[in-house]
Amino acid sequence: MFDFAPLTRWIDSSLHNAMSPFWTTVVEMLIIGVLILIFYALVGLFLVYAERKVCAFMQNRLGPNRVGPFGVFQTIADLIKLLLVELVPIKNADKFLFNLAPFIVITASFMAIAAIPFAKGLHAIDLNIGVFYVIAVSAMGVIGILLAGWSSNNKYSLIGAMRSGAQIVSYELSVGLSLITIVVLAGSMQLSVIVEAQSTGWFIFKGHIPAFIAFIIFLISSTAETNHGPFDLAEAESELTAGYHTEYSGIKFAFFFLAEYMNMFIVASIAATVFLGGWMPFHVGHWDGFNAVMDHIPPFLWYIVKTFFVIFLMMWFKWTFPRLRIDQLLTLEWKYLLPINLVNVLIMAFIVLMGWHF
Amino acid sequence: MEETIKEIVDENQEYVINMGPQHPSTHGVLRLVVSLKGETVKNVEPHIGYVHRGIEKMCESITYPQIIHLTDRMDYLSAHINNEAVCLNVEKALEVDIPDRIKVIRTIMSELTRIQSHQLFWATFGMDLGGLTCFFYGLRDREKVLDIFEETCGSRMIVSYNCPGGLMYDIHPNFQKRVKDFINYFRKILPEYDQLLTGNVIFQERTRGIGRLSLEDAISYGVTGPAARASGFSCDVRKHEPYSAYDRVKFNEVLFNEGDTFHRYLARIEEMRESMNIIDQLIDNIPEGPFAVKMKPVIKLPEGEYYQRVETARGELGVYIISDGNKNPYRIKFRSPCFSNLSVLNLISKDFKIADLVAIGGSLDLVIPEIDR
Repeated sequence: MFDFAPLTRWIDSSLHNAMSPFWTTVVEMLIIGVLILIFYALVGLFLVYAERKVCAFMQNRLGPNRVGPFGVFQTIADLIKLLLVELVPIKNADKFLFNLAPFIVITASFMAIAAIPFAKGLHAIDLNIGVFYVIAVSAMGVIGILLAGWSSNNKYSLIGAMRSGAQIVSYELSVGLSLITIVVLAGSMQLSVIVEAQSTGWFIFKGHIPAFIAFIIFLISSTAETNHGPFDLAEAESELTAGYHTEYSGIKFAFFFLAEYMNMFIVASIAATVFLGGWMPFHVGHWDGFNAVMDHIPPFLWYIVKTFFVIFLMMWFKWTFPRLRIDQLLTLEWKYLLPINLVNVLIMAFIVLMGWHF
Repeated sequence: MEETIKEIVDENQEYVINMGPQHPSTHGVLRLVVSLKGETVKNVEPHIGYVHRGIEKMCESITYPQIIHLTDRMDYLSAHINNEAVCLNVEKALEVDIPDRIKVIRTIMSELTRIQSHQLFWATFGMDLGGLTCFFYGLRDREKVLDIFEETCGSRMIVSYNCPGGLMYDIHPNFQKRVKDFINYFRKILPEYDQLLTGNVIFQERTRGIGRLSLEDAISYGVTGPAARASGFSCDVRKHEPYSAYDRVKFNEVLFNEGDTFHRYLARIEEMRESMNIIDQLIDNIPEGPFAVKMKPVIKLPEGEYYQRVETARGELGVYIISDGNKNPYRIKFRSPCFSNLSVLNLISKDFKIADLVAIGGSLDLVIPEIDR
C-alpha cells in the first residue's frame, strides 16, 4: 500500500536543512493550512454540485447542465455570484455577533477536517484522542448557529436557532455513544489506530450486530447533527423560510452553506473511517487474487469512495423523506436512539470482554 | 392592527410572528398572524385581501359571456369548474336545453381539472412537509393534463372553455385518445404517490391525529369539499344536486370520519381515483351533436335571482346572480369554498406545533385568489 509518511518525512527533513526549527514549523503549518483550505473549498464545491445532481436524479430532472460540461462549473459560477453580491445590512442586529457567527460555524468544520486520516500517513494531526477531538470540535458549530439566530433580529431565525440548539445537543449524545461502541471494539481513540485495526476486516463486519446498529444510529444522528436530510428543522424552508440564516447574504451566507456541506463530508468521513475501514481496501477472506487486486487501488480512492457512498445515503434520505417535527425529533433521540445506544455499548463491551468478535 | 398584536404580547407573553404575505407555505399572499408559546400555536389570525381585484364588482359592468373569463382568475386551479358554474346559472335562467354532448364534455373536463388540482395539492403538500421530491412528481403528471387542456382549449390553466350555451369550440380530434392514455398512465402512477408519501412513517406521524375537525364544526363553519368529507360531512354537490352529466355516472363520495390532516389528504387521493372512474365511464360515449347551442347575440337574463352551485376541487362554489333584465348582472356573488375552509384554521390548529400549522394549512388546500376575488 502506498504510504504518505516517507513523503512527509522527506519534506520535513529538507525544510529542517534549509532553515531553523522554528521557521520549519511555521512553514509546515502554512503549507498544511493552505492545502486543507484548498481541499475544503474543492470538496465543498463538488458536494454542492453532487447534491444538485443527485437531487435532480431523484426528482426526474436534469440538474445543472448549462455552465461547462454537465454543468460542472455551475457551482463555481454560483460561488462567484455569492462573493460579489451585496451584503445586506440588517437593522437592529447585533453587528458583532452577526458577523462572528458564520466564522464560528466554518471554523468548527475546518478544524474537524484536520484530524481525518485521508490515506496512510496523510492526516494533518494524529491525536491520540482523535474521535473525542472530532466530536468536540464539530459540536462547536452549534454556537455559531445559535449566535446567528440570536443576533439576526428575526423571529424565524430565533426559532430556527433554538430548534437547532435542542437538536444538536441531543443528537451529540447519540453520535458520541455510537462512536464509543467502536472505540470499545478498537481499544483506541486514535483515528489512525482505528483504521489500522481494520486491516483484518472492517468494524461494521467485525463487530457483529452491535457495530451494525451503531452504524445505523450514527448515520441517523449525524444526519441530524449536520441539519441535513429529514432533520433540517433549523432551516425548515416551508416553515421558517430559511431558519437561522434567513438574514444572511453574500459571502456570509456562503460560509453557512459551505459549512453545512462540509459538515456532511466530515461526518461521512468519520463514518467511513470508523465503520467502513477508512482507507483500507475491501478484502474477502482467502480470496487472495481478489485481495491483491483490491490492494492496488490507492487508499485515498478507497477513502473517497466510501465517504461519498455515505454522503449519497444521506442525500437519498433527504430527497425522499418529509421533515420531522421538533417534538418527534427529540422523542426519537431520547426515547429510542439513546436507550438503544446505551444497551448497544454494553453488549459491545461484553463481546469484547469475552473475545467473541472476529 | 398593530395595537392588537402588542396587547397579545403583553398579556400572555406570546411570541407573535407573521407568516406571510410572502411565505413559502401559504401558497400565495395569505398573511397569518400566529401567536406562539414556544413552538406551540396559540392563536392564528388570517388576514386576507392582498389579491383583491374586485371581481364581483367588475362583473356588474360586463356582460355574461365576459364574466366567464373573470371566474378563471378566482380559483385558477379549478378554472373550468368555475366557468361551468356561471354558464349553468345563465343557462338555467334562460331555460336553455343543453345537448348531451356538451354536458358530457363539460363533465370530463371538470374531472380532469379536479385531477390536476389534486395533483398540485399532493405536490405542494409534500413540499410543505419537507419532502421536496413530491413537488416534481406531482407537477410531472399534472403537465400531462395541462397538455390535454392546451390541445383542446388553447390554454393550459386559465381555460375559459365554457360559454353560455355550450363550449367555445369542439374537442380536439385527439382528445379521447389522449385522455385515455393519461388515465392508463395515471392509474399506474398513483400507487407511486402512495409509496412516496402516504405510506411513509414520518408522513403518517406528521399528519395522523393532527388538526382534527369534528363533523359539527365542519357543518357550522360551512367547510365543504374534501376537507369536510374527511370529517364525514356528505356535501358533494355532484351527488346531492347533480349537474351536467353527473346524474348518469356511478361514483362514490369519498367519506372518512377521522377528520384529521391525514384523512383530508387521503380524501383527495381517493377523489383522484373516483375522478378517473367518472372519466372512464364517459370518455367512450361522448354523444354526437353540436358543441354549442345558438344563443342570442346579447344575453339578457330575465329579472330575478338565480343560484347555482357546483363542486370545485376545493368545495362548493356558489354563484348567485341578481338580474334586473339588463345585459349585465345587477349584483353577482360568489360563495367561495376556500373562505369557509380558511375560517376553520384557527379552530383546528390551536395547541399544535408551528410545523403542524403548515401541514394543516396545506391540507385545507387553499387558493388565496379565490378568497380575495
